[in-house]
Amino acid sequence: MTPKSPTPRPVVSPSSAHPYMANSAPALRQELLDAIGVADAEELFEQIPEDHRLTGGLTLPPALRSEAELERHLRRTLAKNGDAERSLSFLGGGVWQHHVPAICDEIAGRTEFVTSEWGTPASDHGRNQAWFEFASQLGELVDLDFVGLPVYSWGCALGHAVRMTARMTGRSEVLVPANLDRERLAVLRTYCQPPEMRSAILVVPVAVDPATGGLDLDDLDLRLSERTAAVYFENPSSHGAIEARGAEISARARAAGAETIVGVDPLSLGLLAPPPSYGADVVVGSTQPLGIHMNCGGGTGGFIATRDDERYARQYPTLQVSIAPTLTPGEHGFAMALFEQSSYGRREDGNDWTGNSVYLWAVVNAVYMSLMGPEGFRELGELLIQRANHAARRIGAIPGVSIAHPHVFKELVVDVTDTGRTVAEVNAALLERGIFGGAALPDDLPAGEPDLGFAVTDEVREDAPAPTSTPSGSPVAPARQRALYCFTEVHAQEDVDRLVDALTEVLA
Amino acid sequence: MSPSLPRYRSADWDEPVVLELGRPGRRGIYAPQVEDDVAADVDALLPPGVRRTTPPALPELSEFEVQRHYNHLSQMTLGMMGINLFGTCTMKYNPRVNERVVARPELAEVHPQQDPSTLQGILEIVHAFEGILQELSGMDRFVFQPGGGADAAYTHACITRAYHASRGELARRTEVITTIQTHPCSPATAAAAGFDVVTLPLGPDGYPTLESLKAAVSDRTAALMVGNPDDMGVYNPEMKEWVRIVHEAGGLCFYDHANFNGVMSRIRARELGFDACMYMLHKTFAGPKGGGGPAVGAYGCQPELVPFLPRPLVDLHDGVYGLDEGDERSIGRVREYWGNVPVVVKAYSWVRALGAEGIRQAADLSVIANNYMETRLLQIRGVSKSHPHLTQHRLEMTRYSLEQVHADTGIDVHDIQNRMVDFGVDAPWLAHEPWLIPEPITPEAGETWSKEDIDTWIDVLAEVVREAYEDPETVRTAPHNHAIAQVQAGGVDDPERWATTWRAHVRKRASA
Amino acid sequence: MPGPDREQDADRPAPGVAHPASGDGRRPRLGLIVNPVAGVGGRVGLKGSDGAAVQRRALWAGAVPQASVRTIRALRRLAGVTGLEVLAAPGAMGADQAAAVGLSATAIAWSGTVPSSCAPGQGLPPTTAADTRAAARELVRAGVDLLLFAGGDGTACDVHDVVGDRVPVLGIPTGVKMHSGVFASSPEAAGEATAAWLADPSPDRLVDADVADIDEVAVREDRIATRLHGRVRVPRDRARVLAAKGGTARRVDAELDAACARTMDDVAPGTLVLVGPGTTAGRALRGLGLPSTLLGVDAVRDGEDVGRDLDERGLLALLDDAPSAVLLLGVVGGQGALLGRGNQQLSPAVLRRLGPGALRVVAGRDKLAALSPGALRVDTGDAELDRRLSGHLPVRVSARETVVMAVAP
Repeated sequence: MTPKSPTPRPVVSPSSAHPYMANSAPALRQELLDAIGVADAEELFEQIPEDHRLTGGLTLPPALRSEAELERHLRRTLAKNGDAERSLSFLGGGVWQHHVPAICDEIAGRTEFVTSEWGTPASDHGRNQAWFEFASQLGELVDLDFVGLPVYSWGCALGHAVRMTARMTGRSEVLVPANLDRERLAVLRTYCQPPEMRSAILVVPVAVDPATGGLDLDDLDLRLSERTAAVYFENPSSHGAIEARGAEISARARAAGAETIVGVDPLSLGLLAPPPSYGADVVVGSTQPLGIHMNCGGGTGGFIATRDDERYARQYPTLQVSIAPTLTPGEHGFAMALFEQSSYGRREDGNDWTGNSVYLWAVVNAVYMSLMGPEGFRELGELLIQRANHAARRIGAIPGVSIAHPHVFKELVVDVTDTGRTVAEVNAALLERGIFGGAALPDDLPAGEPDLGFAVTDEVREDAPAPTSTPSGSPVAPARQRALYCFTEVHAQEDVDRLVDALTEVLA
Repeated sequence: MSPSLPRYRSADWDEPVVLELGRPGRRGIYAPQVEDDVAADVDALLPPGVRRTTPPALPELSEFEVQRHYNHLSQMTLGMMGINLFGTCTMKYNPRVNERVVARPELAEVHPQQDPSTLQGILEIVHAFEGILQELSGMDRFVFQPGGGADAAYTHACITRAYHASRGELARRTEVITTIQTHPCSPATAAAAGFDVVTLPLGPDGYPTLESLKAAVSDRTAALMVGNPDDMGVYNPEMKEWVRIVHEAGGLCFYDHANFNGVMSRIRARELGFDACMYMLHKTFAGPKGGGGPAVGAYGCQPELVPFLPRPLVDLHDGVYGLDEGDERSIGRVREYWGNVPVVVKAYSWVRALGAEGIRQAADLSVIANNYMETRLLQIRGVSKSHPHLTQHRLEMTRYSLEQVHADTGIDVHDIQNRMVDFGVDAPWLAHEPWLIPEPITPEAGETWSKEDIDTWIDVLAEVVREAYEDPETVRTAPHNHAIAQVQAGGVDDPERWATTWRAHVRKRASA
Repeated sequence: MPGPDREQDADRPAPGVAHPASGDGRRPRLGLIVNPVAGVGGRVGLKGSDGAAVQRRALWAGAVPQASVRTIRALRRLAGVTGLEVLAAPGAMGADQAAAVGLSATAIAWSGTVPSSCAPGQGLPPTTAADTRAAARELVRAGVDLLLFAGGDGTACDVHDVVGDRVPVLGIPTGVKMHSGVFASSPEAAGEATAAWLADPSPDRLVDADVADIDEVAVREDRIATRLHGRVRVPRDRARVLAAKGGTARRVDAELDAACARTMDDVAPGTLVLVGPGTTAGRALRGLGLPSTLLGVDAVRDGEDVGRDLDERGLLALLDDAPSAVLLLGVVGGQGALLGRGNQQLSPAVLRRLGPGALRVVAGRDKLAALSPGALRVDTGDAELDRRLSGHLPVRVSARETVVMAVAP
């Protein structure tokens, strides 16, 4: 097939220069065409055969070439949103409303960082150092000395960590809490693949002790086997409960030859012991609480950390920044270490990948941790646990309402089943009062039944249970009406009072 | 040195790593005071044995010290502050108004699980932008959940699994076909999703032969994942036939539209027959790179794949926007929530600022600029063009080889990169692995950069090549005008020497 | 595409690398051999320099010896190695080039004529393969840590014949044909890799490399005849490996091991597997814990050794008893030679018996990418069979990836 000579098309009339395009003024465009020696730009597209081309023009909304018009349009459209600044929000779950220090916003907006791409280690030295400081400070928080640059989200960090442990152990099951956040669970599924695939990993839920909200150790014993690559649990859990038996869980995992992966809220680590102290091999979590706005979910980021041990380091799918010497004696800079790790060895049947991530947020996370320091994290942790427990006492005192677990950090499960109301009804009423109530929680997954996720047909696994989980899939009415409420330093006592008053009124 | 070359000097603040800064007792920020009614004995609120005993060894700095430190680091980041023609990444102006708009609380302080009635503004923008991409591609639906181009490729691999599983053919369809010039994220994500990868090398015309495709296609074929034009600027004119052949074998066809900038308004995935395509909003659509995200790989597909898309999608019913969670056929999530929503707003804003005419103009200018560059670059000693026998004009980028410079002087393209930054221009992109031509560089001018910028960039390259012949030591030991000298990365793959955290560095330094 | 999924920055040894304080305090010792006539033929299109007749023709055509210039370029990168001790072959075979960059070289014992340097156009120093081998013997005897040589495939073969895998070697590319894996990507890269190795001479920094040679008469007739000659140990050429973004040598090794293992996994039980010559195919046997014959054909079935270094008759006998059989091959040299007349055991009769569907090919992706034209070549000496073997063939480059290569006579 050879391209035909281009047919004349309606020529764009570059009537005036566009502010984003330096060569768009007609005379300047012509100057370049003259230098090339073509009469019309169309000649430059000679490689594209005629039958590949779009016939007719594009129908797009009219151009808003003035910044004033454009901003007005965007501002007015976005103004149709409600937000957590004008309303009182208690939503959490995977994105949390925390205070973002002003300097975080300043640095997040520095054009050098915003527009940087991939220069040399010397020309992007400042940014690379900021990345190294992200990893270094996060390492202090989680008490580990090997930290990768962040991935897209906590769920993605979990997915990569599970695949790391599967490659390391040569095993193909991961045990997760039956109440694992459904967004993270859905992401984990796509990393673990349907069972037809060569490197599929089965996700097996472990029951949660309804009293403590921690993992049910008897059920854990039932699920652990020589197939278990890793046990994953969170501290605090997806339902906000503090896990008191981490050491027992990791000891059981180790006895079964499995790795222990722990998910944490980094803001808890000024108060709660770092996961390696109770046996974690791999620590994952969200970076969003570290100075990033919620951004309608666009603030998520995830981290992976381990001991600086070759066994783990060589499984990282992320980019790592390492300190390294320069040609000047005594000087250091930064370089990428262990690029494309996951293609080592035979067991790594499925390579993971690296690509764009959320590296701008890593810079901001570094700023946040520098501002906080050890005292800031301790103080914030202590504030959050007091605020959540105060809220639990107040809300739990409302007739018919119960709080699920005794030890909470910043999130708690509010159960309104006994009031006869649904979470949806409660939230609709709260919304009328300018309050975003906690999101409804689905029932726990059935313990021990492999979670096969979506897009798996019956013929694949005839014994498979029908998927019952949200967020995707048809909604199934949960047995209990539970909602997850989040309390942070942006709330004051009066905000909790207002919530309690509203709930009392709504549930009366 | 020619007097017209930039006399650049980087800021050099000699800034210590933040963990070396500060003094015990300093504070950067306080948490709010606990009210009396809220106050409780923290130990009594905790189960026994869970409290941290040793505080994290974080630096203790005043607020100003933190601000100054990170501003200094920003000033030691070249980051497109000069001229950046980093090919395949489509470096373009990131309109500042977009940063201001997305920082407003109506977006920044929005939680994705808010009631949809409080999300109507952002849903309207996402929906409108989906409409724009539908027009630009001819695809039926788009999802913005993937956090980058590679994540969109992974999304396609997952959808491929779901599609063939729904037809009972997944066990048999184990292979994804790609080409050697398609970005490595396609084979990598296909493998991560559990597929075997079949790669087609280039043929004599600069793209793989139809015969090699026919040899690769079979009843095991799950999908074709391919980019066009490639990073050498070569367009495969047989792509429609490729799609037909793969479809005939029952495979899906995915168009990695990484190099969309030069063909915007001329080529659509639909006309070529593709089932799905991907755009990178952080490059073609002027979202900022952020050093590597937050980014969006917008994934679009034809109706037959819509049920398998990750959810949620944005729908409009009776004038009200809502979120569609789909059914059990959906692959669920590739990432939590609906994606990097602010990037979608920035991309929408960019298209609105341009309109259809501006989009055409941008495509034209990017191809014009690339062809203009060629007229000057080929006059530089030792610079040659990939596939020199192909005489048609290239699209928005062209790959060049400095093999002759390397053979004559021993100066390689990494040396050239390190020296070019001494003039305040960002280093050029080389090429993805594996290198098909030796000592490659891949500049891409796009529509943003002025003719003067492009000329300066070429002047800088010419100067560095001249130095390679006349003063190679200066090039080999570059850079000389930056905060630090050339980094010696030799030890970073050595467990005894790598250090991804300060504490690992301190420990290894002590034992060295 | 996204930027940070890319590796940046060449990996270079620092200038001034010091030899680690070893227990005996010995200085790093480098052996140097230059084949001063290497590279004479290339610039005048003679496809190699073997044989006095070609060398004379080259000189008549105005060729300039490149070996000396390129050696000097490589040696310049050694200036910073502390305490370096250089042992060089005499005159134009090494000592002159060392002196040119200010390295004081110790002369080795030498009984023959000392070849002198010559200006371009003044005729070539009269050295022979025997000289190369004599020098190599002396350097091994003197206990060098590395033997750096300048030459082409012919020189590599001569060095191999003396050194084998006893001493690491590295080639400065100067010759016309460089099908062997012993050459650095440039003279400078050779110098840098040498400096890095002398600074940190740990065995896990060495990799196996094939030494190949081709019949130059065949090449001048536009036939291929790449032959595997042997195997040596070379230090990783880090600058090159990283520049090509192929990761470390260790990763390339792991990919090829995984590619071979996957190929063996995919063979149905009971199938006879013939393993062809070369280090790449040999990985399949080593992966099973079996020895492999570098220059010969071995056979295995269900993981069991069923034949070693088989000749044509042996192969045919095995095939007679095999309901199904495959042949695992690597790609030898830079011309994409898959089957050539050099492998006499794999005769047309054996290949006919196997059939065209029986070929399983494994190769490094960089090796395939470097082929120009991008095709594998078969030259069995039987034109009809070559035609039957032509078409396209998947070549496995890792556990999960194959590259569909054109195959042509």
